[in-house]
Amino acid sequence: MDLHQLWTILSTPDNVPIVLLLFVIPFYTWYGLRQSFANDRLIAQLEKDPVMAKTHHRKTQPWRPGWAREVHVWPYLLRIEFLAAIILTVILMVWSITLNAPLEEPANPTLTMNPSKAPWYFLGLQEMLVYFDPWMAGVVFPSLIIVGLMVIPYIDENPLGNGYYTYKQRKFAIWTFLFGFIALWVSMIVIGTLIRGPGWMWFWPGMTWDHNRLTFDVNRDLPDIFGIKNRIGKILFGGIVVGIYCVAAWIGVHMAIVRDAFGKKILARMSLLQYATMQLMLILMLSLPVKMILRLVFRIKYVWVTPWFNI
Amino acid sequence: MAEGNGTNGTSGPNGTPGGAGSDEPKSKISVLLEDSKVVKEKALEEIKALKQPEKTDLWKSILRVKHDETPRSRALGVLSNVFLHLHPAKINRDAVAYNYTWGMGGMTFYIYITLVFTGTLLMFYYHPSKVVAFRDILYLEHDVPFGKILRNMHRWGAHMMVIMVELHMFRVYLTGSYKKPREFNWVVGVLLLVLTLLLSFTGYLLPDDQLGFWAVTVGTNMARATPLLGHDGPFGPQMGMTAFNDVRFGLLGGSIVDSNALLRAYIWHCIAIPIIATTFMIVHFWRVRKDGGISGPAPVMLESEIKEPRKI
Ligand code: HEM
Repeated sequence: MDLHQLWTILSTPDNVPIVLLLFVIPFYTWYGLRQSFANDRLIAQLEKDPVMAKTHHRKTQPWRPGWAREVHVWPYLLRIEFLAAIILTVILMVWSITLNAPLEEPANPTLTMNPSKAPWYFLGLQEMLVYFDPWMAGVVFPSLIIVGLMVIPYIDENPLGNGYYTYKQRKFAIWTFLFGFIALWVSMIVIGTLIRGPGWMWFWPGMTWDHNRLTFDVNRDLPDIFGIKNRIGKILFGGIVVGIYCVAAWIGVHMAIVRDAFGKKILARMSLLQYATMQLMLILMLSLPVKMILRLVFRIKYVWVTPWFNI
Repeated sequence: MAEGNGTNGTSGPNGTPGGAGSDEPKSKISVLLEDSKVVKEKALEEIKALKQPEKTDLWKSILRVKHDETPRSRALGVLSNVFLHLHPAKINRDAVAYNYTWGMGGMTFYIYITLVFTGTLLMFYYHPSKVVAFRDILYLEHDVPFGKILRNMHRWGAHMMVIMVELHMFRVYLTGSYKKPREFNWVVGVLLLVLTLLLSFTGYLLPDDQLGFWAVTVGTNMARATPLLGHDGPFGPQMGMTAFNDVRFGLLGGSIVDSNALLRAYIWHCIAIPIIATTFMIVHFWRVRKDGGISGPAPVMLESEIKEPRKI
């Protein structure tokens, strides 16, 4: 256990935001879900009791007849905004006084930094380079993340949960986002920052970043494991395997949606285009953890080998 | 003071000797004292008025509406102010609590403003040229008064903004606030997220140190693998791409990260992206208002209340 190494990584000024993330993300996940569950309890109560549903103000916040439903922005909102601005300024000041922004040696193209890392918010993409070729990890997936985020409102046909926290009414949507945001985006950033050392090798927290460490990973391609040698065979085989994955993922996603009656009801509301878009995005999203397992556990580099691209 | 009894202006203490027998002519001192008493009273009155600055003409000329403790004037105080009129006059009583929005959108905006402010100050000391860029940073750190804290605030503020914009997106998702009628504002938000990341990324190169240089090298190396448009990407060579005409060349203004790349990063970082991002923020805020204000906390809806989807 090399505590000094651990401290060096955690206390690198540019890594401080990631250490912050480790606290802030779980906190806000808890903070949001706690309100979701509170609302879910209220929903269950109202569903059981139609009379109550007619008269209740339908929020977990306190309310009494005679209270105005709206309050003046001045002072009730503006004072909070002013306070938030002051607190933020103080935090930023204190942070800036206690911790200096990093400045390395002048740029030197002949002296490679090892490890040379992208800024932390792109480390997820850099980590993806381990599992996919640059054209996928650096171009296709980032574009798909952007497009995928943009289409969310247009494929989510669930009318419930508009403007209040809820888990029960949006299980599938919530799980999708938690998976994409926390399990993929944030944890890949954490891996890229805290785990990846010189040579982009995997160092568990507490291991010394040994610049002379060599690993003798034998990364094989899937067709080779199956003893497929000729080019045409590899192209066909890879295509079939990728095709099987897509079908399997598609069925898996579909099953997850129709698990309960509510999911079926929402599915019936979706158009074919909406459904296809959602499936496409989810299949591609799921391919990342699949490829991670293939690579990290089974040491498989490519599944589909062609002269033009490899996946 | 003296009654003007004509236009000759010569009437004075000696002007009417006959009628003022009982009155001693006042001495100049006592006149002065009396005058000063009047001035003093006037001053006291004006000081008293200062305790209510909102009643002064100066105040009214700035704020345009008179202020008193009525709901109407509270509303006008917000609506008739160019900075505050972003807000409605009244909002959902539960929306002002921190727990619904986490305040993240507003705080992102505030950090953005501090970044524009500190960034502008940094621009006074920074030359986007390979020769002096790194030295300018050293100069900022060691010689410029408050230069170090200025640079730190800009750096850490940028990190904070990235974290907060992601958290803002997280809460918008958890509250389902992208649903009708706010679909498009979510799209604008995604663009803002991308712009925030790009702002941060272009700024990373500007100190011209090893950290930024290699980060940008790693980052832009991915661009060479763009399908069709990068010389290392699938079908790139077939499209006639080389290291000297592909997208990466366009981004860097060269085939390596060098002075052109520094200048390009500078212009994107200090001029182009801030303008684009500001524009989208204006649209974003405008849409929040036009979509009926903040989405909640709304009364919960029950499954039995779902309406049939509209058939087109
Ligand atoms: C520079 C970045 C951004 C700024 C300054 C910003 C600012 C704001 C502000 C001040 C609000 C009012 C409510 C609140 O504070 O939560 C808001 C609402 C909203 N934002 Fe953003 N935002 C940004 C990025 C984003 C992103 C990345 C998304 C989503 C991908 C997004 C989607 C929305 C939506 C849908 C609303 C309406 C929410 C509601 O009505 O509850 N925004 N934004």
